Amino acid sequence: MQYQSQAVAKPYFIAALGLFAGQILFGLIMGLQYVMGDFLFPEIPFNVARMVHTNLLIVWLLFGFMGAAYYMVPEESEREIHSPKLALALFWIFLIAGALTIVGYLAVPYATLAKITGNDLLPTMGREFLEQPTITKIGIVIVVLGFLFNITMTVLKGRKTVVSSVMLIGFWGLAIFFLFSFYNPENLVLDKYFWWWVVHLWVEGVWELILGSILAFVLIKVTGVDREVIEKWLYIIIAMTLITGIIGTGHHYYWIGAPEYWQVLGSIFSALEPIPFFMMAVFAFNMVNQRRREHPNKAATLWALGTAVMAFLGAGVWGFLHTLAPVNFYTHGSQITAAHGHMAFYGAYVMIVLCIISYSMPLMRGRAAANPPKAQVVEMWAFWVMTISMVFITLFLTGAGILQIWLQRMGDTPMSFMAGQDQIALFYWLREIAGVGFLIGLITYFISFFVGGEEQAS
Amino acid sequence: MSEMFTKSMARNMFYGGSVFFFLLFLGLTFDTMSVLPERDHRENITPEVARGKMVWEVNNCVGCHSLMGEGAYFAPELANVYNRFGNSKDAIIGFIKSRPVDGIPGRRSMPQFNLSDDDLNAVAEFLKWTSEIDDAGWPPNIQG
Repeated sequence: MQYQSQAVAKPYFIAALGLFAGQILFGLIMGLQYVMGDFLFPEIPFNVARMVHTNLLIVWLLFGFMGAAYYMVPEESEREIHSPKLALALFWIFLIAGALTIVGYLAVPYATLAKITGNDLLPTMGREFLEQPTITKIGIVIVVLGFLFNITMTVLKGRKTVVSSVMLIGFWGLAIFFLFSFYNPENLVLDKYFWWWVVHLWVEGVWELILGSILAFVLIKVTGVDREVIEKWLYIIIAMTLITGIIGTGHHYYWIGAPEYWQVLGSIFSALEPIPFFMMAVFAFNMVNQRRREHPNKAATLWALGTAVMAFLGAGVWGFLHTLAPVNFYTHGSQITAAHGHMAFYGAYVMIVLCIISYSMPLMRGRAAANPPKAQVVEMWAFWVMTISMVFITLFLTGAGILQIWLQRMGDTPMSFMAGQDQIALFYWLREIAGVGFLIGLITYFISFFVGGEEQAS
Repeated sequence: MSEMFTKSMARNMFYGGSVFFFLLFLGLTFDTMSVLPERDHRENITPEVARGKMVWEVNNCVGCHSLMGEGAYFAPELANVYNRFGNSKDAIIGFIKSRPVDGIPGRRSMPQFNLSDDDLNAVAEFLKWTSEIDDAGWPPNIQG
């Protein structure tokens, strides 16, 4: 660790991993509710479990991104963070606000939560992924603005690099597009249209800038390839991301009341969205192949390659599978969507956060360059168990989705939703088993932090 | 990568491309906003429909159901439930009202939300209005 204030990333990463565990636990609860409908009913109905599952994901990824920024920006800017105290204060505010929100979801009925948090004054709740009480949303804005101030000041005062600039643009975009979560018109079509300005322009837009900058940072460190080369790749990748992804928003506008030309534009541009992910995979492997040093942190390199490949598969390939309008007409809102969502989030965002944690955590824990080989072996086992489990979760959900579409939407005598669900229960059971596999991988991952042994000289 | 393609060219491609396509997106959004009134029939958004959307939101219905294909996939699609239930608001109200408090053994069940009569009517009005949006003929059939 070159700068003292980088250590502020550590609590961010620890909190991220704790919330990650919670997310997986609630994922398993939901998976079981798919096949045992009365499980935990009425104490934790499916909608509550889902809210906890998805909101924990968003919050822990944000913790991970912010931790990544606090770790990376000092090294990139060659100076300490503008205010480490502010960073730490914001950490606690974010953690307490997040925890209170989750407790609110679980402790009282959602309608009660809406009432006691004053949703009437500025109704923003009850929309997918934006279920947080309005007051929590305001809290998120405050935390992100404080974070942006802190990081922007650090970057402005220090060395300016492409990596830190791209990361900063990503975070500013994240903050600006989140403001659309406060726009909730009475007209459902308008509501949906601009809801995607948060959701799509985050995950298929500005978040990819954050992803790209973290990946570039780790690759510079572990491969020793010239920064100029890596930065050129980074620019091209994120250029393709936004060139395809912005109009690619159209693939969400096919069936929500928007005009039909979105079917043409959305299909063409979102069909191109796999390109930046493919480039990212080529980039990661090229850089590792051209490496100029043998960095002792093999696990971090594995995560870097893994995130590039899995993001391409999950976001690129599984996204393309159902993005063309004539296909999407049948697949829209089915288990195919769920399959894509799982692998895309895991590949692109979970793995990049685990990648920067893998690279930086040993340094913040006072090791010279990497964890001892034994610990890395355990971590790499965790990588494979989690990743393979996620591949199977995705495959089983894809199978469920294909059958669902056939039974409910394509056959001569279409079944009702619930009758169709009964027919595909086997796939939901298999998905749950794969989910247990993922949990085993996650536990293995946690264990890897506590494996000791001799550290390899760097 | 080719030496012909320099980093500053890559940077220009990023800034130029992003700005161009974002402006194009804004232009298309402007056009969409001008044609939406014919498709969403906003003149039919009565105070009941607006209240119904609020009831839909504060009970987190989207946490199980999808609406025009967006939401969760645990329970049936509801953009066309008005049609599926025989163009009957009463059938929708009756279904929501009759959910057992303790669920159904071994099966998925919608919670009992204890909605007031006004709220029930409002959410049914909201779903009726939603069913009339011109959403390019989706879903493929009445089962949603």
